Amino acid sequence: MTSRILLTFLKYLSLVVASVITLLPLGVVLIASLKSKNEFSNSGPFDLPVNLFNAENFVTAFVKGNMVQGLINTSFILVISLAGTIIIGTMTAYAIDRFNFRAKKLVLALFLIATLVPGVTTQVATFQIVNNLGLFNTLAAPIVLFLGTDIVSIYIFVQFMSSIPKSLDEAAMLDGANRWTIYWRVILPLLKPAIATVVIIRGIAIYNEFYIPFLYMPSQKLGTISTSLFRFKGPFGAQWEVIAAGTILVIIPTLILFLFLQKYIYNGFISGATK
Amino acid sequence: MTNVTETTTPVPAITAQKKKPSARPAGRRDRKITPWLFLIVPLALLGLFTYLPAANMLYYSFTTWNGFEATPKEFVGLDNYAAIFTRDDILPVFLVSVYYIGASFLQMAIALYFATLLSFSTWFQNLFKGILFFPSLINGVAIGFVFLYLFQPNGTLDGVLGVLGLGDLSQQWLGDPGVVNYSLAATSVWRYTGLNFVLFLGAIQSIPKELYEAADLDGANRWQQFRFIIAPGIKRIISLSFILAISGSLAVFEIPFIMTGGANGSMTFVIKTVTLGLGVFHKVGLASAMAVVLLIIVLLVTALQRRLVPDDKVDLS
Repeated sequence: MTSRILLTFLKYLSLVVASVITLLPLGVVLIASLKSKNEFSNSGPFDLPVNLFNAENFVTAFVKGNMVQGLINTSFILVISLAGTIIIGTMTAYAIDRFNFRAKKLVLALFLIATLVPGVTTQVATFQIVNNLGLFNTLAAPIVLFLGTDIVSIYIFVQFMSSIPKSLDEAAMLDGANRWTIYWRVILPLLKPAIATVVIIRGIAIYNEFYIPFLYMPSQKLGTISTSLFRFKGPFGAQWEVIAAGTILVIIPTLILFLFLQKYIYNGFISGATK
Repeated sequence: MTNVTETTTPVPAITAQKKKPSARPAGRRDRKITPWLFLIVPLALLGLFTYLPAANMLYYSFTTWNGFEATPKEFVGLDNYAAIFTRDDILPVFLVSVYYIGASFLQMAIALYFATLLSFSTWFQNLFKGILFFPSLINGVAIGFVFLYLFQPNGTLDGVLGVLGLGDLSQQWLGDPGVVNYSLAATSVWRYTGLNFVLFLGAIQSIPKELYEAADLDGANRWQQFRFIIAPGIKRIISLSFILAISGSLAVFEIPFIMTGGANGSMTFVIKTVTLGLGVFHKVGLASAMAVVLLIIVLLVTALQRRLVPDDKVDLS
């Protein structure tokens, strides 16, 4: 009996320790972001800020740190890439799941093998292609790269589509619908849950993406959330309270999304990572 | 919660499609062309941004191309590959990945421990699950700054050590070449443990409840339940995480690039490749050879994993 109590105690102890290790690094950054410059240099990392509603650093980060531009650029890239991913991914899945054609196995193999090639390894050569297409230092560069290398979404769509009964297609076909109408009117609406999954996991990935915008859009005006924050390192190098505020600004949308969509995010990550 | 044993086997699910003739015999030409109309854009993108770069990279790796000239001029055979294994500035980056491979094993062990704990009923179960998972959603640059702040001299970490009476352990967490890779690898563990944890937890929760009840009736203890029910049920997801961990460790870029830029002996393979190929050095040929080596290692690890843990469905029920 006592050993049972001891085990339960150890279980909760380890959970609490892990939670503290997870939250402490974030907590001290939040504290730092609320301090004035003077206050920051004269207090320790655990001393609470004098004014808990001091927004000064957030305003500096937002205005001087190019975060507004970053937010606009990231939103633009996000919307176009997600729309494109959904259209391309569902069309590919429709062709693969609902048609029989001679080279089907080859097409499948091409997509399968591509998942094994880590994108970051081929950047040296991809860079030359993007450059030759004239897309270097334009917002189109990350968009085409997100569209062209997103194979996980195709898998999610293929998997979900194989669970939609073929009799629905056949009924529509008997009513005289052509393949395009079936895709647009029958299949696409039924794919809503899969689309939601793709929007969530790709949305988070694109919002967090760093090296693609960093490599392909060095211009200040083309900063995204990630690259604008990264550029805090220069001008705000010694102002930790402003860097902290920028960091918190970037984390807040993720936290809000997570609190509202927890269940979908867990499921999305499980189906995304195991492809 | 989706059934994980089912969602984790996409390949057989796709390839095992029964060849069923369509309900209405469509025109022969229509049937031949239509799928390609749906596939033309995706295949063009796949070719342009996956296969063409891979092929070009192989070609560049045999040349001394600098990226300026219109085309590579001088072919040097395997010289670039020889340079990878002899140049003093490249050889050490292989060793740096060992820290991250070690970290990824630690990360999987921690994830497995908490996934097992939280698969049994627990107070504040969802709260703990949420806290442990949240770091894997955070922007990499934000994580870089959070830990730059944590590792500051006289910063948070030194403060915590002082409170715990371990002040003597304080050191230059990011400035000392002997310590920096441990600090960065620890940051990586903080970032990715939550994702492993949620994947493992999902797999454990998809194991039928009756198995635990039957085991309880048979008088099995918690360890035996783990050993004979949980472990076999999550074998596949563990082997998958294992390969992701190894290829991820070789391709580490964000955390060290953001935090130290590869300084003080924290240079990784990918930072080196990117700075050689795209930075001021313009050694596209050498950088391509490095990328080819990395790609070959990743493919070998994947093949090895497929050989060791065949893609079979674990059926417990």
